[in-house]
Amino acid sequence: MAKRVGIEVSLAISEAVKLANVDVIAAYPITPQTHIVEHLSELVADGHLDAEFIPVESEHSAMSTCCGSSASGARTYTATCSQGQALMLEICYIAPALRLPIVMTVANRSLSGPISIWNDHSDMMMSRDTGWIQTVAENGQEAFDLTLHAFRVAEDPRVLLPTIVNVDGFTLTHVIEPIEILDQKEVDRYLPPYQPQMRLDPTNPVSIGPVGMPEVYTEAKKAQDEAIKGAKQVILEAWQEFGDMFGRYYKPVETYRTDGAETLLVTMGSLSETAMIAVDQMRTDGKNVGLVRLRLFRPFPFEEFLAAVRGVKQIAVMDRALGLNGAGGPLATEVKAALYDEPERPYIWNYVAGLAGRDVTIENFVEMADGVEAAAADGVRQGYTIINVRE
Amino acid sequence: MIEIRFHGRGGQGAVTSAELTALAAIEQGKYAQAFPSFGPERRGAPVMAFVRVSDEPIRTREKIYEPNIVVVLDPTLLEIVNVAAGLKKDGIVVLNTTKTAKEIRKVSGINAKLALVDASRIAIETMGIPITNTTLLGAMLKATDLLPLTALEGPLQERFGRVAAKNIKAFQRAYEETVVEE
Repeated sequence: MAKRVGIEVSLAISEAVKLANVDVIAAYPITPQTHIVEHLSELVADGHLDAEFIPVESEHSAMSTCCGSSASGARTYTATCSQGQALMLEICYIAPALRLPIVMTVANRSLSGPISIWNDHSDMMMSRDTGWIQTVAENGQEAFDLTLHAFRVAEDPRVLLPTIVNVDGFTLTHVIEPIEILDQKEVDRYLPPYQPQMRLDPTNPVSIGPVGMPEVYTEAKKAQDEAIKGAKQVILEAWQEFGDMFGRYYKPVETYRTDGAETLLVTMGSLSETAMIAVDQMRTDGKNVGLVRLRLFRPFPFEEFLAAVRGVKQIAVMDRALGLNGAGGPLATEVKAALYDEPERPYIWNYVAGLAGRDVTIENFVEMADGVEAAAADGVRQGYTIINVRE
Repeated sequence: MIEIRFHGRGGQGAVTSAELTALAAIEQGKYAQAFPSFGPERRGAPVMAFVRVSDEPIRTREKIYEPNIVVVLDPTLLEIVNVAAGLKKDGIVVLNTTKTAKEIRKVSGINAKLALVDASRIAIETMGIPITNTTLLGAMLKATDLLPLTALEGPLQERFGRVAAKNIKAFQRAYEETVVEE
């Protein structure tokens, strides 16, 4: 039976990885991910988890080891963030190309400089085009549930792609809150043992990862593109089944009080629940404001997103990273691209907020909704604002 | 929803206080959120830790700006930190001190309700070390109706193992000796 416990979110993620009965963990500790791999190393050392814990010398080695391990048919996990993920990025591109179903937690954190260890989505955006499936947790329970979902999706023979579960660093990883921890029987029912389709095996030798000459590279990339697009159906099925088993249903795009909304806030991650409080306040004040949250970031859920925003007048998109391309944040750029083919497009203003741990308050979300309405009414050309800047 | 801010110095156990409070509340079937002031850990430097306790699921991830309860583990902090910053109108400050309420108000300018306990002495007498975190939890429960006295015993037992008995004793003594001044 599942048990409701007070637990630090990092440790709950470790428990999910343990319940997934992984074979290999190769990781290098980096704040704010440290508690996850620290606890996993304890679980292995104390004999609670029968796995190889490989303490590598860098994140580049962590992902290289994960690739080797996964290619040999082992269920493989790692965790990282920020500078560490930047260091492993070279190999992050290789894992999906080789169709290796590694699962990785990214405890989202800003990128230096200035040197910073605090929470934002810069690392998520850095790895957005690596070809990994990416989901985004809003709270501790989701961090636990999405970790199990990630193994289920990644290893599905129709998918075979590595999967990142994004979890806001500190804002989630370092918080103690009530989380329902499933028991081993329940997890085993949801997550069958990994059945590799092809693996490195000395008795049946194959080559994995050879050079792709110009004659095959394009075809290989087309196949990879089809794979990540096709993954969505499996992602949906795996969420449906999770809901049927455990009562918590997840969708790629979640809506909150969007009925009759003229203005929508768009968010990802742990601040989405703060935004809900702002929406409640604004609804009480008679403003027609709703909230749309992306739980699936890769593949981008175009269809569901368009359905969620269709018919509204204006959208305030909150980015937790700055694109430094003159166009604000990366999420708003994608939202605009998604809407381009729509016959009627809402007005969009982009708010870059909560960089490197800067607090985003309930009041800030009210300001975003009011701000996009005012800008749309004034007919200002669509743009972006970095909020909470000390002038 | 009750919001609590703990002030201590790095190494005194402010974060542990916050964690134990949240764990106790969750065990009681409530909702709670405990978090440190995020960042590098610095032994001896002023640090804060935060807790929210509620009967409803907690959605906000804002920092805590207007606490209902402030707990101060180290008496020397009063002179360098405005511990009552943002305290709600009917809020309370729980202090480790040997001073009287009158002296405290004079030094700090705090007008709010005070709960005073000589936590350092209790900690040294019961545990042999001046770590006041569990002691102050006893004072906090005396001064508020946040949780029943027994709620902390399970989490204290689990966290401190073989030294749990001493911590529980310090916690209970503080509960008895704390003086609340309106």
